[in-house]
Amino acid sequence: MWEFLINPWPWWFSGAAISVTMFALILFGRSFGFSSNLRTLCAIATRRKVRFFDFDWKKETWNLIFLVGAIIGGYLANTYMNHGEAVQISQATITDLAALGFGEPSTSSSGVQPDELYAWENVLTIRGVLILAVAGLLVGFGTRYAGGCTSGHAISGLSDLQLPSLIAVIGFFTGGLIMTHLLYPFIF
Amino acid sequence: MRFIKYLLVGIFFGILMAKSEAFSWYRIQEMFRFQAFHMYGIIGTAVVLGVIGTWLIKKLKINDIHGEKIIFTPKEKGFYRYFLGGSIFGLGWALGGACPGPMVVSIGYGVLSMLVVFFFSIVGTFLYGEVRDRLPH
Repeated sequence: MWEFLINPWPWWFSGAAISVTMFALILFGRSFGFSSNLRTLCAIATRRKVRFFDFDWKKETWNLIFLVGAIIGGYLANTYMNHGEAVQISQATITDLAALGFGEPSTSSSGVQPDELYAWENVLTIRGVLILAVAGLLVGFGTRYAGGCTSGHAISGLSDLQLPSLIAVIGFFTGGLIMTHLLYPFIF
Repeated sequence: MRFIKYLLVGIFFGILMAKSEAFSWYRIQEMFRFQAFHMYGIIGTAVVLGVIGTWLIKKLKINDIHGEKIIFTPKEKGFYRYFLGGSIFGLGWALGGACPGPMVVSIGYGVLSMLVVFFFSIVGTFLYGEVRDRLPH
């Protein structure tokens, strides 16, 4: 059992676990949508002086607690459930990424995020920090514009057969494919 | 104390994002290059089980733990905000390799430089709040 949990989880187990997360929150009388937290954090930071962020954010405290839990979960996974190997991706992806200058996933760093983007020596260059800043800006802007992120639209919305969520997910993939196939060759 | 259940579900979510490897930039790249089934299997399983469960909750009129009726609020109708907003989100998701949940899981995992992405995602949401009246929705 523990052996199974420590090794990378198979897709069917991972997918079922996401469902458990969503239904737990639904049964608690809430909903599964992570990026609402970004709006809540804006409300706290602007002290309700901007109209879009003028709402009673204290009602969203539960979601901030969920966020804190997610951070702890990440810590626990690395500290107590680490199987000691980097992410195993397909050979085709390794080859494609090598052509862009990315090395294979390696345990000499986190094993899950590429040093080329996330090692401090690369983050602390103008180019490096710009890439991460732009990535964050696009995610934060886009998710609020679309009214949800992967959890709110792709999981919760599609589970409720919501057409707007399907449009949003098609958007997620449109943007992701443009970035990966058209823009990566210019950026990297 | 009434918040502890959210902390526990959050911890479960964090462990699941890490152990499923769905929080990894490499997995997101593999997905957008259609070179593995992994991410599609994860999202597909979650959605299929989600559809069945959501249907059952409605059909059996299941209440939440407070005894209140569970309401699924329909999303507002529209096209531009979902397609354009979604596409902008997708550009960032593929560039940094993380959406908001996985960002904080990565930070907990020890990739502290992900704080830069997370901080700017808050700034991005703030910018949307500033210009939203001038955007098509």
